[in-house]
Amino acid sequence: MTFNRRAFLGSAAMTAGLLAAPMVSAQGKPRVVVIGGGVGGATAARYIAKDSGGAIDVTLIEPTRTYYTCFFSNLYLGGFRDMQSLAHSYGTLAAEYGINVVHDWAVGVDRDAKTVTLAGGGNLSYDRLILSPGIDFIEGAVAGWDMSSQNAMPHAYKAGSQTELLKAQIMAMPQGGTYAMVAPPNPYRCPPGPYERVSMVAHTLKQINPTAKILIADPKEKFSKQGLFEEGWNDHYAGMIERVGPDFGGADVAVDPEAMTLSIDGDVNDVDVCNVIPAMKAGRIAEIAGITDGNWAPVNAADMSSKVDANIHVLGDAAAQGDMPKSGFSANSQAKVCANAVRGALTGATVFPARFANTCWSLIDTDNGVKVGATYEATEEKIAKVDGFVSQTGESDDLRAATYQESVGWYDGIVADMFG
Amino acid sequence: MLRRHFLIAALVLATPSKADVGGDAAKGEALFRQCSGCHEVGQGARDRIGPHLNNIFDRAAGAAEGYRYSAGLERAANGGLVWSYETLDDFIENPRRLVSNTRMSFRGFPEQQDRDDLLAYLRQFSASPGDIPEAAPTAAAVDHEVAPEVLAIIGDPAYGEYLSGECTSCHQANGATSGIPSITNWPTKDFVIVMHAYKDGVRAHPVMQMMAGRLSNEEIAALAAYFESIE
Repeated sequence: MTFNRRAFLGSAAMTAGLLAAPMVSAQGKPRVVVIGGGVGGATAARYIAKDSGGAIDVTLIEPTRTYYTCFFSNLYLGGFRDMQSLAHSYGTLAAEYGINVVHDWAVGVDRDAKTVTLAGGGNLSYDRLILSPGIDFIEGAVAGWDMSSQNAMPHAYKAGSQTELLKAQIMAMPQGGTYAMVAPPNPYRCPPGPYERVSMVAHTLKQINPTAKILIADPKEKFSKQGLFEEGWNDHYAGMIERVGPDFGGADVAVDPEAMTLSIDGDVNDVDVCNVIPAMKAGRIAEIAGITDGNWAPVNAADMSSKVDANIHVLGDAAAQGDMPKSGFSANSQAKVCANAVRGALTGATVFPARFANTCWSLIDTDNGVKVGATYEATEEKIAKVDGFVSQTGESDDLRAATYQESVGWYDGIVADMFG
Repeated sequence: MLRRHFLIAALVLATPSKADVGGDAAKGEALFRQCSGCHEVGQGARDRIGPHLNNIFDRAAGAAEGYRYSAGLERAANGGLVWSYETLDDFIENPRRLVSNTRMSFRGFPEQQDRDDLLAYLRQFSASPGDIPEAAPTAAAVDHEVAPEVLAIIGDPAYGEYLSGECTSCHQANGATSGIPSITNWPTKDFVIVMHAYKDGVRAHPVMQMMAGRLSNEEIAALAAYFESIE
């Protein structure tokens, strides 16, 4: 199905190759190209560079110079973090780990020639390619919404200017106004994310706009940490939040970005902010590379290699891997397994058995953190859950405060693990 | 604030003795239980996760022989930090405020009275060796039973380095702390005992119980060997 496209990209890459010398110049070293400088990509690039001691040439392709973490961006909406505290650069990866950081878009992958084409011209050869492109939205998933609507009705599900826009809209809501959220169907990035966001928006509104309402249209019967969130909403934001599940038409929604309306099961609601989080799929480059099956890219659990192409690995949200949630923690965990496998394949380094873990913290209100986590192992079929835990309802204030403090420590930990 | 200045003045004016430091040493002994997970003080006290605290008063910072300090504390020591009543008071109020990047992951005692009590207790182990009572050492860093043959396993640091990827999603490899404790440079025995305490469900933290729960004895030894070795 991708033959024509690949043939075209291949010839485009060759043409570009004549015009611009490839960025990678090291002779004889195995080459790893990583597409996407988020959690999966940055972690994989850093671990391969660090642990191979310069024996592998690592290139990281990431369009933006400043990375804003999606995790903790809800805390910005709640006023617990400023935007600058979520911003990170690739300077240390380049300077201290010798990673060739290329700020450009990867627009093509020629799997036969093993090259990646850059939007700015030129192409990069690889021995192993690691794709960690995150998510894109499925067109037409929410009636009336497309990417051109994102200024009127932000998704704020890729952190940065979208998050700032959503915050500005919340701050400008009229007294007693309505913040609406169209929640996404499974599977999607950060399962507790929409509901932590509702908590953080409620926290902000409670201070500046206490008569405001929050309306959630949700296509899912159940959601992550549901009991914990609902307990928290009841205790902290009583009467403010209404969630319409699929039984009452939560899956049957349409928006009008010009009129600022949200229709649920035919009932038209005038809203002041409409946060549309559409259904998701793997970042576009995965589809361009021809390694997706449906919306996601299937991988082998043992080394995160694509089930379509053994020279390509897929990390994080874009991968269809089994039981792990699509989270930054998961991507970080998968990246280290992948980095070890790639080093083994390219330099003969010892390959240890795959093991994975995830923990997701969420903030409900000031000093009120909750968490859910699990460990995973690789089976023939998939990444399979081994063991897990979740915070309990009715926990003490001290425990909730400690959980929040722990999440702050985790943020610093994972960011150090990604960016050095 | 006023109280602290008064105390410092009192210290300067009077020959230090147990009565003069303004705190209740018995209460301080109880408070020290919050410290004894990492620090020993008294006869036979050794460096554990943290350095021993005998003769801490008037000791130059970073001077416990044989103990590997964090880069942050080394920096403070090179800057001339000496442990006096005042500097200790500052430090235990909020360790990272005085010494940024210290590995000491303790939130601090915000109450002046608590600090006075604790320092009164510690003061007993500092004035002169003769002040150290002939009592049993305070609680060791860890009190979980681990079989000697398990403690005797020599870990493979290379495997530990790979496994450490599971730790460094939260615990920073450079030993910095902010809500999650440092796990670098621990004595291997302490590390192994603590991990087994989580694995066996004796220590309560759910994430650590989960992570330690599926580590084999060899894997715990490998992690201990690796984290003991890194700077």
